[in-house]
Amino acid sequence: MNKLRLLFSKTGRAVYISHLDLMRTLTRAFLRAECRIKYSEGFNPHPNISIALPLSVGTESVCEILDFRLISDMEPGDVLDRLSKQLPEGIEALEVYESERKVKELKWLKVRGVFEYDTADTEKVLPRLCEFYSRDSIVISKKTKRGTGDSDIKPAIKEIAFALDGGDIRLDAVISAQEPTLNPELLAEALRQLCPEIAPDFAKFRRIEIFDENMRVFR
Amino acid sequence: MDKRLERILPRVQKPARYTGGEYNQIIKDKTEISLRVAFCFPDTYEIGMSNLGVSILYATMNELPYVWCERVFAPWGDMYEEMKKAGIPLYALESGDPVSEHDVLAFSVGYEMAYSTVLDMIDMAGLPIHRKERKELTPLVVVGGTAALNPEPMSDFADIFLLGEGEEMNNELLALLNTAKENSWTKESFLREAAKIGGVYVPEFYTPVLNDDCTVNHFDIAGGAPERVTKRIIEDLDRVHFPLNPIVPSTEVVHDRVNLELFRGCIRGCRFCQAGHTYRPVRAKSPELLIEQGKALLRNTGCQDITLLSLSTSDYRELEQICDGLLEYCEPRSIGISLPSLRADNFSMEIMHRIQKTRKSGLTFAPEAGSQRLRDAINKNVTEEELLNTCRLAFEGGWNNVKLYFMLGLPTETDEDIKGIAELANQVLHTWRLYAKNKNRGVRITVSTSCFVPKPHSPFQWEAQNTMEEYIRKVNLLRETITAKNVVYNWHDPQTSYIEATLSRGDRRMGRVIEEVWRSGGRLEAWSDYFRFERWMNAFEKCGVDPGFYAHRLRDKEEVMPWDCVNVGVRREHLWHEREQCYRSELSPDCRVQCSACGAGCLTGGRCDE
Repeated sequence: MNKLRLLFSKTGRAVYISHLDLMRTLTRAFLRAECRIKYSEGFNPHPNISIALPLSVGTESVCEILDFRLISDMEPGDVLDRLSKQLPEGIEALEVYESERKVKELKWLKVRGVFEYDTADTEKVLPRLCEFYSRDSIVISKKTKRGTGDSDIKPAIKEIAFALDGGDIRLDAVISAQEPTLNPELLAEALRQLCPEIAPDFAKFRRIEIFDENMRVFR
Repeated sequence: MDKRLERILPRVQKPARYTGGEYNQIIKDKTEISLRVAFCFPDTYEIGMSNLGVSILYATMNELPYVWCERVFAPWGDMYEEMKKAGIPLYALESGDPVSEHDVLAFSVGYEMAYSTVLDMIDMAGLPIHRKERKELTPLVVVGGTAALNPEPMSDFADIFLLGEGEEMNNELLALLNTAKENSWTKESFLREAAKIGGVYVPEFYTPVLNDDCTVNHFDIAGGAPERVTKRIIEDLDRVHFPLNPIVPSTEVVHDRVNLELFRGCIRGCRFCQAGHTYRPVRAKSPELLIEQGKALLRNTGCQDITLLSLSTSDYRELEQICDGLLEYCEPRSIGISLPSLRADNFSMEIMHRIQKTRKSGLTFAPEAGSQRLRDAINKNVTEEELLNTCRLAFEGGWNNVKLYFMLGLPTETDEDIKGIAELANQVLHTWRLYAKNKNRGVRITVSTSCFVPKPHSPFQWEAQNTMEEYIRKVNLLRETITAKNVVYNWHDPQTSYIEATLSRGDRRMGRVIEEVWRSGGRLEAWSDYFRFERWMNAFEKCGVDPGFYAHRLRDKEEVMPWDCVNVGVRREHLWHEREQCYRSELSPDCRVQCSACGAGCLTGGRCDE
């Protein structure tokens, strides 16, 4: 049992730790926990750990997955106990287990968003949001490595619903996690580009759960 | 988290440096403490979190059960603009609470170019920058660090300067402040009591009286303060608290590694070096303790690199013993050990061979001057033969990247000395051609020059700095002399060095200039991104202060220096003697060969380098 999977959450202040910094932070936590991660061979050895779906800075998650290999066998429960004591504020180890499932089977992502409006009347905005997202196609321009390009985000949205939540509007959606990857930020960005009058003044997101193609929870 | 911050953070660069929450941060219950300290570092998070002094003093101040010491760094420009726009005051990382709610703003200032940032942080906290306008007992602004050894340029702003090593002195001051707060003392009576603590300089009580030519005549001393304030030191480094659980930054910092301090002070006495004189006497930690502490640091942080720190690592007597002790732990875990400040000698190379088995990164040496005559004049005890021998061993051992550091503008320097730099680089290249193990990989020799800045409390404190024109001429001379294509030449711009020279030996009149620079937007000026030379020149002009007075003027032997009320242990007569030795191009023996009775031993009752 040296090939294991960690399920962890990243919330609160920790959401501002970038993906690369998170890798380093977790590597160090493993070292402190005396769980010796296997290193790659070669001139510049690096630890054998990988995060399934890199998370944007500012987004919370309660369903992050990290695959790692240990130098020698350890009980998953033991790894969890040791690691739990070594994490910075906002990162919590939830489960350590063996998994046969490959990360590429991961397909859908359930996200929750909070849209904050400083002046707009959310009761009036709500139906217009629902209407906007019921369009057949939502083509936005995205910056890519090769410049800007147009892309339709609608096919990557499996479900989407909006509800009033205090003074904000809550969004619940199931979106494509991989191939194509839809960054939930684009759910707010689409409004800024295509319907700015109902775009939120600030939007934040949280990953709630991950699923395979058949909407079974992925572990 | 503050709602306003939540909106800002996703848009700024590297937001993790503004949030706190790192592993090993210290959180206390606000209801159980009576004194809150904002430990301010006047530069970015990445620089401050790499600083061993910050890490040590954060831990020692938090040792006091009634104190909660938190960290504060200067935000980068984008975050600074956002905070101003949103009206967010400077806040402490651990609690997120505004700095103005703290009782003390304790600044660690290691370099002059941070002065304007100190003012900016006081202002961002919502406090008046001038000490005279802060009439209440708290918040108190305290400045420590190397730059405090000439307190005068910043003495309009800080209430108190702490001179020397802070582990004990800080806590003595905090204890006194705690009493003062409980008993509702006035600021005035607190300062009078504080001035009785060793190492505490209260600028309020020292008024410089100037001669007609603006040099200092004497200081009028009030409040029963001592005539000279003697810097504090820790006598026994083995027994002082050293944090074995330092904070592990969640984002990359400049020195992303753990630091193990081998000893304080230096036996060498290079004449340009302020640290070599102001950190005396030499006090070492025991090797057994260091090995234990090194392992504990690595275990408690998970860092993959450890640096053995000191002013001259090769001079640690049991260096081999600690390297071996640490290697035993580090090698099986692929942990790297680095040894900066190595001397260019055979012994150093043996050590390097031992610790760098896999990664052969670059080797860096600092001959400082190009000719033997000038190296002797500055008392840089390294010969060309030693340097070339070391390079030979390095090239034979597979290294192919050597960096050589020099200074331009050292006292007594001639054009021949400058050409000697190019000659020395050629010799190193020649050595590579003769001895390199694998010539196919090529070689890279980097020559870097900086402009000499005369520093207080060093034998060159009387010297005139070269003018900027002279520096540029010297840089061009060296550029023309370096012809080999494998030798790369980098040089520092003289503008920053010129400003540093005005500040490092500045007096109280410099306060107005610093303030003017800050008012016209100066902050984070140690960064070329933000340094603006014209801003300084305009400020000098507006304040009617001549920068050349500080930088380019040769002082008389007897001139009263603005920092003369600071006693670092080393006697002024010793500094002058060393200056004269320089002009005779004569070496002085290092402390182990022969004690020079420099005076620093008085701080430990005569014990030094035992």
